[in-house]
Amino acid sequence: MRWSIPQASDLAGRVDALFFTLLAITGLVALAIFVLIFIFCIRYRRGARVDRSGAPANNFPLELGWTLTPLAIFLAIFGWAAHVYGGFYRDDPSAMPVWVVGKQWMWRVEHANGRREIDELHLPLGRPVRVVLASEDVIHSFYVPAFRVKQDAVPGRYTMLAFTPTREGTFDLRCSEYCGTDHARMAGRVTVMAPAAFDAWLAQGTPAQSMAARGFATFRRLGCSGCHDPRSTVHAPDLNGIYGRVVHLQDGRSVVADEAYIRDSILLPRRDVVAGFEPVMPSFQGEASEGDILEIIAYLKSPGTAHP
Amino acid sequence: MSASSREIDAGGRGEPDRHARGDVDPRAWREETASLGMWVFLATELMFFGGLFLAYLYLRTHDPEGVAAASTHTHEWLGTINTAILLTSSFAMALAVHAAKDARRKAAQRLLVVTAAFGLAFLVVKGIEYGMEWRDGLVPGLRFTLAENTRTATLFFFLYFVATGIHAVHLAIGVATVLWIAWRLRAAALPGWRVDEIDVLGLYWHFVDAVWIFLYPLFYLVNLNA
Amino acid sequence: MSYLEEGFTLRSWLTTRDHKRIGILYALAITVFFFLGGAAAAIIRLELLTPQGDLVSADTYNKLFTIHGVVMVWFFLIPSIPSTLGNFLLPMMIGAREVAFPRLNIISWYIYVLGATFTVGAVIAGGVDTGWTFYTPLSTLFSNTHVVAAVMGVFIVGFSSILTGLNFIVTVHRMRAPGMTWFRMPLFVWANYATSLILVLATPVLAMTLVLLATERLLHVGIFDPALGGDPLLFQHLFWFYSHPAVYIMVLPAMGVASEIITCFARKRIFGYKFMCYAILGIAGFGFLVWGHHMFVSGQSAYAGMVFSMLSFMVAVPSAIKVFNWTATLYKGSIEFTAPMLYALGFVGLFTIGGMTGLYLAAIALDVHLTDTYFVIAHFHYIMVGGSVMAYLGGIHFWWPKITGRLYSEAWGRVGAITIFAGFNLTFFPQYLLGFLGMPRRYHSYPPEFQLLNILSSAGAAVLAVGYLLPLIYLGWSLFLGKRASPNPWHARGLEWKTASPPPKENFHETPEVDAVPYAYNPEEKLA
Repeated sequence: MRWSIPQASDLAGRVDALFFTLLAITGLVALAIFVLIFIFCIRYRRGARVDRSGAPANNFPLELGWTLTPLAIFLAIFGWAAHVYGGFYRDDPSAMPVWVVGKQWMWRVEHANGRREIDELHLPLGRPVRVVLASEDVIHSFYVPAFRVKQDAVPGRYTMLAFTPTREGTFDLRCSEYCGTDHARMAGRVTVMAPAAFDAWLAQGTPAQSMAARGFATFRRLGCSGCHDPRSTVHAPDLNGIYGRVVHLQDGRSVVADEAYIRDSILLPRRDVVAGFEPVMPSFQGEASEGDILEIIAYLKSPGTAHP
Repeated sequence: MSASSREIDAGGRGEPDRHARGDVDPRAWREETASLGMWVFLATELMFFGGLFLAYLYLRTHDPEGVAAASTHTHEWLGTINTAILLTSSFAMALAVHAAKDARRKAAQRLLVVTAAFGLAFLVVKGIEYGMEWRDGLVPGLRFTLAENTRTATLFFFLYFVATGIHAVHLAIGVATVLWIAWRLRAAALPGWRVDEIDVLGLYWHFVDAVWIFLYPLFYLVNLNA
Repeated sequence: MSYLEEGFTLRSWLTTRDHKRIGILYALAITVFFFLGGAAAAIIRLELLTPQGDLVSADTYNKLFTIHGVVMVWFFLIPSIPSTLGNFLLPMMIGAREVAFPRLNIISWYIYVLGATFTVGAVIAGGVDTGWTFYTPLSTLFSNTHVVAAVMGVFIVGFSSILTGLNFIVTVHRMRAPGMTWFRMPLFVWANYATSLILVLATPVLAMTLVLLATERLLHVGIFDPALGGDPLLFQHLFWFYSHPAVYIMVLPAMGVASEIITCFARKRIFGYKFMCYAILGIAGFGFLVWGHHMFVSGQSAYAGMVFSMLSFMVAVPSAIKVFNWTATLYKGSIEFTAPMLYALGFVGLFTIGGMTGLYLAAIALDVHLTDTYFVIAHFHYIMVGGSVMAYLGGIHFWWPKITGRLYSEAWGRVGAITIFAGFNLTFFPQYLLGFLGMPRRYHSYPPEFQLLNILSSAGAAVLAVGYLLPLIYLGWSLFLGKRASPNPWHARGLEWKTASPPPKENFHETPEVDAVPYAYNPEEKLA
């Protein structure tokens, strides 16, 4: 039996500080209430000879006090917790991206250079990490207790997590959103390594095609290049350097081409049609897996997209 | 809530329940009670349809173009005719309630029959419309053959059938109840000549009508303003 | 002639329109479901004695916790206090002879039974494995169990809730005795009134959500499944829009019961009566605005999360007021430790712990770590079992002489209350620790490092099971061999005590007139 869990990310200490502060406050208040109840119960038990005169039926200032005091404490805790929470989603462009896809009942991980793992996740110590989560089927939840992070992997959209591992070692990865028969076995391990060891680990293994290169292969296999190539006769938007750009749509809106936009454009092409183009693209629902889409996104993110 | 400032003073004398005192007309008391019950029930109904409207809102905000495109496949002239029919039925119902309050039994009875007839006409038109939609292959899950077979169109018609279907069930219950009460009004001597029943039924009928007034533009008129 | 002697045939019970008899019909039905849900819980705790999933298969385990949740939430907790004690007592407490719509009342019981048939049918046919939350797309596309039958059961039972709520609202508005002003109503009536508002306004949203879910599953067209173009988060929003207020449906009536008992056995007017009324309404109102705190890690926007977090802290304020006021009621009282009082004090303690741990889950950054772990399980069991079930049992004991006309054994009553309190804490306190240490909920097997705490929890469950069987035995015993009860054995002040035990069919031979504040107790009076 282990009575504590390691603090292995930059967030863990902050979350624990919040937890133990709350524990102290609520513990003290609960203790005070229980002691009072206990004292009243003993002192004013039926038959005890005590002064019971002048018992108040209400006391407005007192009651207002114990309405406003908790409110003030609660709002303070809220502010603190919200502040810590802000750190969970900060957008750090230098963060190392890792793609994680949940599937009944396993975790598939892919690193930027194309190295893939199943139910294992290797991370470098001290380097900010951005985990992009997707799901192939039902809702899963990516939970690493030692990092104090948890995020649902929702089919049909991407969710993110950002943190920095601060401790070397092996930590449990669990699924915490009920996902069917083997939910309890949908577990994995997160291994945090020294940066140099991590780089060595990342380079070894299968002669990896980078994720972007694999994305280019998928881009051709699914026939995307047939229309989106600049030399194509079909009038389709040029995707060179599309990632992160502002795209103007037919209905007058403009959106930033992020992961979610690219994903939607592949699966729901008629939803956000680019201004000046006909809605002729078919949906790739059922043809492109979540893994394929992540690879295509990695390809579109890489510099010099159209002419690799 | 009827807590007046006088009642809030717990020690003071509040308004006693006049019914229990016996100094109030039991029939008037019963009417008020029944109509309060119906209002509470309509609050429930409002929340029930509210869930549906939220789902529609989701679809509409996510793909306004798709909704507009899909709505061109509804038969807006049938919807418009039905709107007129239902509004007329509500008018007849209002007159029936009025007649009942004036104790004009025969008139009330006749107006109830007219109300039910318009309600039935609505259901018949709706049935014809459903038939046409079945033929056109607009029924998601069972027979959906729309040329531009987008998800939005599927979802649009899914919500269309759930919403109008549930509305039709409400209306059918209304028609049956109206006819039942009209039947009970056939002889003056019969017990159960109860104004409160007709009053409460009127509330229900107007509510069902009002729901349609929302459904009509949401499903039929989306494209007209584009 | 009491309401019990108005007819002895089964037919006289099944066709009754007497709110008191309907309350008893409900009590019988929900007791069956309580032990059904409890049996599922017992197997769950047995399975969790060892880390390996070796007692039942993973699929069976998943069906067990699903059926435990569905049965306990919709077929026990939601109808528990309102439909049994509420039905029996609410009209009497406001001095009425009946509820506003007696026929609707018995219809609502039959609707409950019909819904129950569907759910039991789903269990017999092989069970459901989606969890009581029915999250999409697991429930619509991936589960191949009897989801539609179970959902039908829940859908139908919802109408029973709605009709009960409607009846109570109209009854409170229209049927009060002369002089029974709003601020002379007992807190039990206030609590059931507020509960009824939630029942009427929240339940239909669940009904529509379940209609959409069932259609999606049957026709493979729908609004929740991303593979069909829908959004699974929309389901969660709609589901929790009902299911969070549902928590208050379960706990508000419990607060009402505790208020009645504490004020009676402290022989003192409840402290801050009006703050208590406003707190009840505040909880009911704010309860509608906090559903998003179930979805902090679901992928909803971070800003939505923060707003829901703040509102969740706000809803904790009226709950805190109530705890302070119960404590203050004891001050300078004349406290007698009867079985109902022990239950009520137990309720206050467990509700305090459950409520305070709710703050951890409202603190959004902390919730990320704790949500979907055993911490949440412990938290809501402290509220719903430690809170609601304790209060329900306390209420059953308190009004037992009124309902049955018999006295139960006080000594056994106290033993039962203490056993349940001890067993409860042993079962659920270790689960807070398990949650903090990172054990997710709904796990058929678990890492061996969690075994010790799980053994403690299972041991507690065994004590708890004994605790729940005890009242069944001694209360059953008292029905036949208990001493006859006087009209007011506790010297209580409510209107329900001013009539015979058990009451006549029309409750009061003469309509009572009310001319005083509620709970006019005096700690210094001498009691025979």
